[in-house]
Amino acid sequence: MAERSFAREVEDLRLGDGDTFRGEGILAITKALLQSGVAYVGGYQGSPISHLMDVLADAKDVLDDLGVVFQSSANEAAAAAMLSASVMYPLRGAVAWKSTVGTNVASDALANLASGGVTGGTMIIVGEDYGEGSSIMQERTHAFAMKSQIWLLDPRPDHECIVNLIEKGFELSEVSNTPVMLEVRVRACHMHGSFACKDNVKPAHTIKDALNNPKRDVGRIVLPPAAYEHEQEKIKTRMPAAINFVRDNRLNEWMGPKQGKVGIIMQGGMYNNVIRALQYLGLSDAYGNTQIPLYVMNVTYPVIDTEVAEFCLDKDAVLIVEEGQPEYLEQAINTVLRRRDIQARVHGKDVLPMGGDYTAQVLLGGVREFLEKTDPRLLGNRPPAPDATAVLSHPEVEKLKQVVPARPPGLCTGCPERPIFAAMKLVESELGEHHVSADIGCHLFSILPPFNIGATTMGFGLGPASTSAFNVKADKRSIAVMGDGGFWHNGLTSGIGNAVFNKHDGVFVIVDNYYTSATGGQDILSSRAVSKRRNTNNSIVQAVKGIGGQWVRQIDRTYDVGRMRDTLKEALTTKEQGPKVIVASSECMLNKQRRVKPQISKAIKDGVRTVKERFGVDEDVCTGDHACIRLSGCPSLSVKQLDDPLRDDPVAAIDNSCVGCGNCGEVAEAAVLCPSFYRADVIHNPTGWDKFKSKVAMAVIGWLQRRRDRRRPALEALA
Amino acid sequence: MRDETVKLALPAAGDATERPISIAIVAMGGQGGGVLTDWIVQLAENHGWVAQSTSVPGVAQRTGATIYYIEAMPPLDGRKPILSLMPTPGDVDVVMAAEFMEAGRSILRGLVTPDRTTLIASNHRTFAIGEKIAPGNGIADKGAVTGAIGIAAKTEIIFDMNALAIANGSVISAAMFGALAGAGVLSFSHDSYLDVIRAGDKGAQASIRAFEAAYDRVQSKAPEPVTPVQSETAKTPPAPAALDPRLAGLAARLTQELPDAAHAIGRAGLKKVVDFQDVAYGGEYLDILGKLHAADRSAGGAARNFAFTGAAAKYLANAMTYDDVIRVADLKTRSGRRARIEGDLELSAGQVLQTTEFMHPRMEEVMGMLPAGFARWLGAKPGLLGWLDRRVNKGRRVRTYSLPWFVALYVVGGLRGIRRRSLRHAIETAHRDEWVKSATEAVRTNYQLGVEVLQCRRLVKGYSDTHSRGLSKFDKTLAAIKLVAPREDAADWARRLREAALKDSAGKELDGVIQTIKSFA
Repeated sequence: MAERSFAREVEDLRLGDGDTFRGEGILAITKALLQSGVAYVGGYQGSPISHLMDVLADAKDVLDDLGVVFQSSANEAAAAAMLSASVMYPLRGAVAWKSTVGTNVASDALANLASGGVTGGTMIIVGEDYGEGSSIMQERTHAFAMKSQIWLLDPRPDHECIVNLIEKGFELSEVSNTPVMLEVRVRACHMHGSFACKDNVKPAHTIKDALNNPKRDVGRIVLPPAAYEHEQEKIKTRMPAAINFVRDNRLNEWMGPKQGKVGIIMQGGMYNNVIRALQYLGLSDAYGNTQIPLYVMNVTYPVIDTEVAEFCLDKDAVLIVEEGQPEYLEQAINTVLRRRDIQARVHGKDVLPMGGDYTAQVLLGGVREFLEKTDPRLLGNRPPAPDATAVLSHPEVEKLKQVVPARPPGLCTGCPERPIFAAMKLVESELGEHHVSADIGCHLFSILPPFNIGATTMGFGLGPASTSAFNVKADKRSIAVMGDGGFWHNGLTSGIGNAVFNKHDGVFVIVDNYYTSATGGQDILSSRAVSKRRNTNNSIVQAVKGIGGQWVRQIDRTYDVGRMRDTLKEALTTKEQGPKVIVASSECMLNKQRRVKPQISKAIKDGVRTVKERFGVDEDVCTGDHACIRLSGCPSLSVKQLDDPLRDDPVAAIDNSCVGCGNCGEVAEAAVLCPSFYRADVIHNPTGWDKFKSKVAMAVIGWLQRRRDRRRPALEALA
Repeated sequence: MRDETVKLALPAAGDATERPISIAIVAMGGQGGGVLTDWIVQLAENHGWVAQSTSVPGVAQRTGATIYYIEAMPPLDGRKPILSLMPTPGDVDVVMAAEFMEAGRSILRGLVTPDRTTLIASNHRTFAIGEKIAPGNGIADKGAVTGAIGIAAKTEIIFDMNALAIANGSVISAAMFGALAGAGVLSFSHDSYLDVIRAGDKGAQASIRAFEAAYDRVQSKAPEPVTPVQSETAKTPPAPAALDPRLAGLAARLTQELPDAAHAIGRAGLKKVVDFQDVAYGGEYLDILGKLHAADRSAGGAARNFAFTGAAAKYLANAMTYDDVIRVADLKTRSGRRARIEGDLELSAGQVLQTTEFMHPRMEEVMGMLPAGFARWLGAKPGLLGWLDRRVNKGRRVRTYSLPWFVALYVVGGLRGIRRRSLRHAIETAHRDEWVKSATEAVRTNYQLGVEVLQCRRLVKGYSDTHSRGLSKFDKTLAAIKLVAPREDAADWARRLREAALKDSAGKELDGVIQTIKSFA
C-alpha cells in the first residue's frame, strides 16, 4: 500500500481521443506510455518517479485490459535488465527511476543493452533529481547517455511536448536500434498541466508471443568479436539513423525570428525559465513570442550538427543554456562550429553559473550579460526587472536572518525509527560514540538534530558495506544502519552477505518498517500486507540467517526503547564473532495511520469498545529542561510558554497530533528522565465493567482528594 | 553600460509586461499545502485560465520547509502562456505562509516585495527542532518577523489561521483559501471558491465553515480576538479578610516587609512555597526574603527599584520548592490535575479515562525521603545500598487512577510531615543557604552581580541525571563568577555564563566561557 491512493488518477489512464488530461507531469508520462503501445513496464520508486510506479501498481485492471506487464523491480539494475526483452523481440518497453542514483545502479545493464542494441522501442524515464529540493548528489544523467550511446530526450516542461516526445521516442529507438532516455526534472514531474489524449494502444506484439516464439542472435550478445562490431554499428549505423530521424521529425524546435545577430540554444527543460527571463528583458511576451531566435534541444544527445550549424551560421554569438556541469553541450557545439569554421562566438558557462538551478532570476542575469557583450541594442531602454535586493538589504530583514530557524526534514509523528535512535543515543551516553554508517531512507534523518548519529552514506543499501573497512579488533565496533528497502535493493548481499563472508565483527541494524517508506510506502518482499499480486511476508531474519548470519536479534516493537538499548549494548559488547544483526521492526506510522484511522473511527461509530491512547505532560511537574525533546524530536512533542511569573523556560507540551506511539514514555523511563509524561487511555464505548470499575475507584479517589483539599490553605486568594 | 543602449526605445513584444498571477505557498510537509495548491489551480481552470503548479515532494515533505508554486493566466487567442516552474524573487503576487517563521523565510528568499506582494500568513508557531532542544528558552522572536513584514509586504493579512481552522473543525488549508478569497487579489467571485471546495468530497462542510470564517475575518478586517493574558501585575492584592486566616498573617507581612515592586512576584512565590510544604514554610520564605531585602536596601536598591529583592522573591521560591518524590506524587494525585487532562482530551460523557505514569525511581530518590541521619548511615553501606537499589531502580508503569496505585501515590504525596527532616531537604537547604550567602556578598560590592547570582538558580532543574547536570552547571557558574567578582564588568560575565549554560545540555558553551575567563582572571 503506497502512501497515497491513486484510484482517481488511475481513471485518467483510461482517457481516450477527444479527452483532456489534467494533472501531474509524471502521470501524463504514464499515460503517454500506454498511448505508445508498451508491452511491459518496470522500475524502482523514488522521488520524482514514485507516483508513476504507484499509479501503475494501482492500475492493474487498465494494464490487464491492454495486456501490459507491470513489475516493480527489485532495484534499478533489475529494471534495466528487464529491457532485454526488447533486444530480440519487437516489444516496446519502458522503465523508470530516480536519477542519477538509479542510473548509477542500472548502468551495467544499460551499457550491455546499448551495446547489443534493441529491436523493440525501449524508453528509460529518468527523474532528474537536480537542484532545489533534491535529496541526492548533484550530477547529470547526460554523461551516462553519452558513454553508453543512449539517446537523451529533454523535453520542454509542457505536457503536450513531453507526451509527444515519448511517442516519437519509441520510434526513434526502433529506427536506430538504440535505447532512449527521457529526462524530466523534479518540478516538471510534479507540474500540473494538461494535454489532449489519444486512445491507449494495445501492444502489437505481446510478451506471450515472444515467450512462445523464442529468438536468439549471438551477434546481439556482448562478447568479442560481436562487442567490437557493436561499437562500429553505433558509429556507422545507429547514430546516423538517429540523427536523421530527429532532424526529419523536427524533434528540436526553432522559435522566434529566423534572422538575428544573436541566438540562444537551450536544453528543452530550460525553455520556460528562458522565456520568463526574456520577458523580464522586454524581449518576449508571456506566450513565448520572442524577439530572439531560439533553438530548443528537446534531444540533447545526439547533438544534430547540421541544425546547430544552420542556427549559428549568420549569428555573431550564441548563448548556450545548459544546467549543471560539466558543460557537455557547450563543448559539443564548439566542436561543431570549429570543424565548420563558423565564426559565431559561443557563450554559456562564462555568463551563467557552472552549477545550480537555472531559475528565471539566474537566467535573467546570464542573458542580460550575454546581450550586453554581444548585442546591447536588444536591451533597449531596459524595462525594470524584478529585484528583491532592496528589501533583502534592509536592516529589519537583515536582522531576520539571525532569527528564522532552520527547518530540516525529520521523522514523522510516531515514527517507529525514532525509538531506535533514542536507544542509540542512550547507548552512546554509556559506551561512548561509535562509527555509524548511515544509509538512504527516512532513517538518514538521524544525521540531523536532535540525534546527530551517522558519519557517512554511500548509497541505497550500502550502509553495511560502507563499514566493511572497519573490520579489525578494536575497543569499539562499527555500527551500520540500513532500511528494509535498502536491504532488499542490494543490502542483503552487498551488506550482510559481505559481512558474513569476511567475518566482520560489526553491528548491523536493519530498520524494518514494512514498506520502502521514504519513497512513499511501496510494498517490498518483507511487507506484512497480504497482496494478491505479489509475494510478501518474507522474513528479513530468515534471509539473514539463510545467508549465514549467526547472531541475529529480532525486535518486534521498536518502541520498546529499553529492549532496543539493551540489545544494542549486547551487540556492541558480546564476545561472539561475526556480524551482529539486529532487525528492528514496527510499521511506518504514516502508512499505519492511513490504514487504522478509518477502522478506529468506524469501530467507535459502531459502538465497539475502543481504547484511544495519547500522551501528555504535567506542566507543573515538567521543569523545562527539554531533555526529552533531545531524545525524540517528534513533531507532536513541542514546548509552550507558561503564564507563570516564577518560570523562565517553556515546558514540554504534546499537541493533539500525538498518535500515542509510546516513545515519550519509554524514553522517559529508559533514560530515567522525569515523571512528567503520562499516557491517557480513553475508552470509547466502555463496557459496564469498565464504567463500574472507574466509578468505584473515582468515588474513593474523589473522597481522598476532597479530604486533602480541605486541609490545604486556600491559596487562590493569594497572588 | 554603453551610452547608445539607453537612448534606444524598444517596442515591447506584445504584452511583454503582462505576466501571470504568481502564488507561492510556503509550508511544512504535511500541512495540506498540496490541497490548497490544487484548489487554487482548479479555481483558475474553472475560469478558463491556464494554471500550472509545481512542488517538491519526497523527503522535503517529511516535516521540512517546502514551497508550492502556482502561475495562472488566461490564454491569448488560443495560445497558452509559458509558465515558470519556480518563484522569482521580486516577482510574486501572493505569498501564503502556513506558519509564521515560514513567512519570515519567504521574506528572506526575496519572495515578498513592497511593489507587488500580498502576504497572507498565519501567525501561529510550530517550533523548529532547534528551538525545542535548547535547555533554556530557544524560541525565536516573532517580533522580528512582524517587523520585516512591515518592510517587505505590499499588503499583509496576518492572523492565526490555524486556530480559526481548528475552531471550525477543519484544517489550515481551508482557512488560508478563505483568506485568499477575502484578500481579493484574484479576480474571482466568492462563490467560485466555494464551488471548488464543494467539488472535493471529504470534509467539504467543515472546510467551508473554516473558509467562510477566514473570509469574513479578512473582509471585516476585524481585529484578532486577544485572549486576556493573566499577568501577575494585573491582579489586585486580595483583601486580607478573603484570605485563609493561616495565610492572612503572611500576606500582611509580605505587603509590609517588601517593596511594592516585589509584591506581585512575592505573592506568587509565597503561594508556591506554602503549596509545596505548609504555612510555616511560607514564613521561612518571608524570613529569608526579608534578610535579602535588607541587603538590597543597604546596597542602594531603592535607586534600582529593588531588582535584587524581586529576583530573590522569584528564585528563592523556586529553590525552596525543589522537585522531590513527595511533590510529584502530590501533584499527580490532585483533583485539578485530572480535570485538566479531561479538558485537554475533551472527554465526553460515557467515555472512561485512565492514565499511566512512567516512573523510574532510584535508590537516590528513596534515600532523599528518609530521615537525614538514617539516610547517611545507609549511604555508608554500599553493599546494602546496591542490594536495595537493584530492587527499587526499575521503570514502573503507574496506573494513576487504579485504587492501589492511587493510594500509594496519595500516601507518598502526604509525607510533607517528614520532609523537613529528610536528607533531600537537608541537602537542598544547605545548597540554598550557600547560594543566598554568595548573592548577599555579591550585592554589597556589585549590585547587578548580586542579581545575576540569584538568577543563576534558573540552571537547577530536571530530575535524576538532568538535575545533577543542572547542579554541576550551577556550581561551575558560581565558581567562575567568584573569579570575575572583583571586576567592573563582573555582572556581564555572570550573564554570559548563565546564557551559555542554557545553550546546550552538555555544557560545552559554558566550559568555553569559563576558559575565556580563566585566560584573564
